[in-house]
Amino acid sequence: MYDAIIIGAGMSGLAAGIRLALFEKRVAILERHAVPGGLNSFYRLRGRDYDVGLHAVTNFRPKGSRQGPLVRLLRQLRLRWDDLGLAPQAGSSIVFPGARLDFSNDFDLLRSEVGRHFPRQSDNLERLVAHLAGYGELAEPAAQCPAREVVGRFLDDPLLVEMLFCPLLFYGAAHEGDMPFGQFSVLFRSIYLEGLGRPREGIRRILAALGEKFRQLGGELRLRAGVDRIVVRDGRAEGVVLDDGTELTARSVLSSAGWRETMRLCGERQLADQRPAGRMSFVESISVLDRQPKDLGFDRTTIFFCDSERLPYCRPEGLAEPRCGLVCSPNNFLYDEPLGEGILRIAVPANYDRWAALGPEAYRREKSRWHDAMIAAAARFVPGLPDAAIDHDTFTPVTIRRFTGHDEGAVYGIPHKQYDGATHLENLFLCGADQGLVGIVGAAISGIAMANRHVLGRDEG
Amino acid sequence: MTPAEIQEAILDILSGIAPDEDLSHLQPEVPFRDQLEIDSMDFLDIVMELRKRYRVRIPEEDYPALASMASTVKYLEPLMKDVAKGK
Repeated sequence: MYDAIIIGAGMSGLAAGIRLALFEKRVAILERHAVPGGLNSFYRLRGRDYDVGLHAVTNFRPKGSRQGPLVRLLRQLRLRWDDLGLAPQAGSSIVFPGARLDFSNDFDLLRSEVGRHFPRQSDNLERLVAHLAGYGELAEPAAQCPAREVVGRFLDDPLLVEMLFCPLLFYGAAHEGDMPFGQFSVLFRSIYLEGLGRPREGIRRILAALGEKFRQLGGELRLRAGVDRIVVRDGRAEGVVLDDGTELTARSVLSSAGWRETMRLCGERQLADQRPAGRMSFVESISVLDRQPKDLGFDRTTIFFCDSERLPYCRPEGLAEPRCGLVCSPNNFLYDEPLGEGILRIAVPANYDRWAALGPEAYRREKSRWHDAMIAAAARFVPGLPDAAIDHDTFTPVTIRRFTGHDEGAVYGIPHKQYDGATHLENLFLCGADQGLVGIVGAAISGIAMANRHVLGRDEG
Repeated sequence: MTPAEIQEAILDILSGIAPDEDLSHLQPEVPFRDQLEIDSMDFLDIVMELRKRYRVRIPEEDYPALASMASTVKYLEPLMKDVAKGK
């Protein structure tokens, strides 16, 4: 019998596993796929590794910092700053009609940009930032108030509000267009007050660091071990049955599969349907270039663009939404050495249902069409892009669903989070995107917190 | 374990939990939280490490006794006098 079984070897599952193994719990992480990572994984195509999910790690603070979620993550997982090999972003931009705001890992830049372009809002921004500091716990009732309502009490320029929301939505919002103020506070801190970083080697570096730590501590990581169902008896999870019929028993089960997905694993279809799937997914095109993106005039880390004054961050009616999105280059981080090849990623919101309804021929055709449409949308930021591209790949909400198992390819999970990680079973818990925090750091913190609280904390024996 | 050995054990645990902190000038009478950047999650790890390494159980109501190095050593002395010096 295991002390704990963890479903999913994404960031939250791996982090939870490390916490349990650290305190001598017998723990197995079960991952359906051949590679770990889940929503932050990678795949290999024509000799190259492509990161899925990771554009950047949030909560970046320089080495030597002793505060903040990244430091907490490193300490709790007994990792060193160098283990993740993070380099800071070069700098990003938010581009709306007639306005552009640059930001970097130094919040003073955004402050001065707001001062320049929205001078009447400078003091308002300071008051908003001061107000954010009061929101530590996502689950607090005060943190549930819609963010637009709260932010609107401080900033009275609607364009500035849209622009500031834009990166936070694209890099963390399960909700369409708004979010609980607690989440806004977390994301504002993660992206603006702290910052963005990336390992030169991409997500593989982070997955390797966590996977190795887990194994060193005696944890068992089983890949190609999909869970078919959770065995339930008398209000308790007794264990799981794998796709190949193997039965494993455990004292606790911690699932990062998602709330709906986990309820279905328990045979609880009705419970699963009580919370709708997340509606936010994306189509993303990754282009490999024959030169560095900055040689094409693209020197920003990420450009968040929107072609209207109001940001349509929602599930589009059609297959995808070309009027807003982001253009990101993994090259534009301050590495010791540049990347070997130029890479450009373009992502726009996409409608899972529409993509899922396409037959194979139409699917291929639409992928190609949307790749071209996204290249065209990015052209104003990266002139000459089509000519410099030597290869590309495109993935859709359907791809995300297929490789992560998350309903409708919802990259930030369902909007209705289960902040306490509890379920209808006394020893089954959730971690990951549907528990509350998303992104690489968010998911890891989720796994850590849920393991601490529900498996380590409750251990009386 | 002697008080000196207990102190060394605590320092060892602290250096594992917060390797980036400078422990060389740690003042025994001053609360840890006033000298180091450690939070409640780190603190719980200290408690769990003590249990893991030395099988010492500390009930939650006794946590305030672990505020500083001096108070921690004093609290642990009777609990650890028969424990062998650590790893």
